[in-house]
This record gives sequence, structure tokens and C-alpha cells, in this order.
Amino acid sequence: MTSYKADRSIKWRFSILGVLAGLALLAMAPAKAEYADVIINNYADAAGMRPVVFPHWFHRIRFRCKVCHADLGFQFKAGGNKITMAKIIDGKFCGACHNGEVAWSVENCNMCHSGIPGTPTHIHGSTVQRLVSPPYKALNAPQQPAQQ
Amino acid sequence: MKNSHKRTRGILIALLCTVIAGLAFAQKPEVAPPLTPLTADGVHDPENPALPSLQNPEESMATFPKDRRGEVQWVESLNQGVITPRKFLTGDSGEGEELKELDLDIIMKNTAQMPHVRFPHLAHTRWLACKNCHSEIFIPKAGANPVSMEKILKGEYCGRCHDKVSFALWACERCHSVPHPGSPPKWW
Repeated sequence: MTSYKADRSIKWRFSILGVLAGLALLAMAPAKAEYADVIINNYADAAGMRPVVFPHWFHRIRFRCKVCHADLGFQFKAGGNKITMAKIIDGKFCGACHNGEVAWSVENCNMCHSGIPGTPTHIHGSTVQRLVSPPYKALNAPQQPAQQ
Repeated sequence: MKNSHKRTRGILIALLCTVIAGLAFAQKPEVAPPLTPLTADGVHDPENPALPSLQNPEESMATFPKDRRGEVQWVESLNQGVITPRKFLTGDSGEGEELKELDLDIIMKNTAQMPHVRFPHLAHTRWLACKNCHSEIFIPKAGANPVSMEKILKGEYCGRCHDKVSFALWACERCHSVPHPGSPPKWW
């Protein structure tokens, strides 16, 4: 009877271990990055600003693809649009909405310029990016103080 | 002797439980894993003072339909009305390209042993205008687009969006969805 109880407790211990092992495996799975964040660093680093992180997911919830990619003229290419603050203030690209009317305006620098300094222009989480480039970490980035 | 036999059996069953539980958790995250917060996504600077003002993916996408890999199914989200993205800049009418829904499936058969690919125009034309793909990315003529997985990985054809912004190449069955006599049982 005692040994049966002991067996049961061992079984339970191993089951719990199993669950923990499963959770550990889950935690080791590659980070989910299907949000399609675009890091845009054509000019930002050189200007002492953090690179821009464009959250595709946030915009896709609110707009069909064609609003930006047909009506506003955004190319399907990370960094391919050569966006500058002058163009944005002129109402082009991001500035078609980020003008204080449709969405918040350009004075909120850090809302867009929110990337880790030194991160190159790319689409985050694509298979090629994941296989070819290691995940970008703040520690790997060149230590440049980002200016406000 | 009998007791030790029982114990061995117990341990074996327990080990089996361990493996099954491990596999169940590792391969079938039916409960979607938590969405990576901005502070840990590897691209946002955790020292940015404005970071707390930005929305975390968890706040908006936690309840969206997901595929077997836990990725958001955007087409399904739109079809189910979970999201209502605007058709124009300021609403569902306005100036700009029209969204012309086209219910036309294209079956691509040059897929070797993989099931044929069904390309649904309908799912795509709910998001995109015709001119987004035609004729710069796809020539609108049967057989005129030599699509291959290699080109897709390089970002050509479907790869212009897929595996970057729309679902990734690891969910084979979402495109290769039409089995044929030469295709093997699903191994992926």
C-alpha cells in the first residue's frame, strides 16, 4: 500500500516535471515576430535620432493595405520610400495622417523614433532576417546616446 | 520483487507522461502564446521615454484568430468582423483606388510533390487594389509568372508580402492546399 502511494507520488512528480519541461520548450521557441514591424533607418542614425519602428500590425487593424500602398504611394520595400521629416510635414507618406487631424502629429518624436540605435533598415521577423541576422539586442547596438 | 516491478512500471508511465506533456506543450500551442511586449521585441529601445505610450500587441491582438503557429490570421479577422479596417484614409468612402472584390481562384500546378497552390483573389482583393500586384509583381496572364519558393524567399512574387507582413512560409498548407494524386500524406 505504502509503495503504491510512493509510486503515485513519483508519477505526479514526473508529470509536473513534464509540464515544466513543456513550458521550458515553449519558452525556447523563437520569438514571435509576425507583427511585421518595419525598422526605417535611412537617415535617423546619422541625424542622432533613434531609428523609426513602424508597427504594421497596429495600422493593419485600422486600414486596408491599399490605403497606404496604393493611395499614399508607399512602395512594398523597407526603406524604399526615402521618407524624410520634410516630406511628412508636407503631408506626404506618414504625414497624410500624422498631421494632428487623422492621427497625432509630428511633435511626438519618440513615438516613431523608438528603435534601438544602430538597428539597420529591415522588416523584423521575416524568415530571411531570422536566419541570416541574429536578433537585434540593445547590447549589440553601437552605444550612441539617442537625442530627443 | 513485485513492488519493484510496480515501481518500474510507475516510473515508465511517469516518463511517458513527461514526454507526452512535453510534446503537447511544445508542438501544439493551442492556447496562443503571449504576444511579445514592445520592451522585449528586440527592436524597440527599452530606454525610450515614450515607450509606455505605445500600444502593446497583447492589448489589441490577444483575441484575434490565430493559425496553428500562433500567428494572427488577418483575413479571418477581417471576415469575422474582429477588425474593421478603413477602405480609404478617412473612412469607407473617399478618394483613392477602389477595392474591387474578385472571387477568382487560381490553381498553380507546378508544385512537384507538394499539393497544388490555390491562390484566392477574394481574400487578397479585400485588402489590396488590383494595381498593387498587377502588373508590376504579377503579370495577369496564366502561366506568365514563374513563381518558385526560392524567388518567394528572395522577396519576389508572393514573397513581396508573404513571410514579411502576411503569413510566413512555415505554414505550407495555407497555400499548398489542393492535394493531387502525386502528393504525399501531409508531413509538414
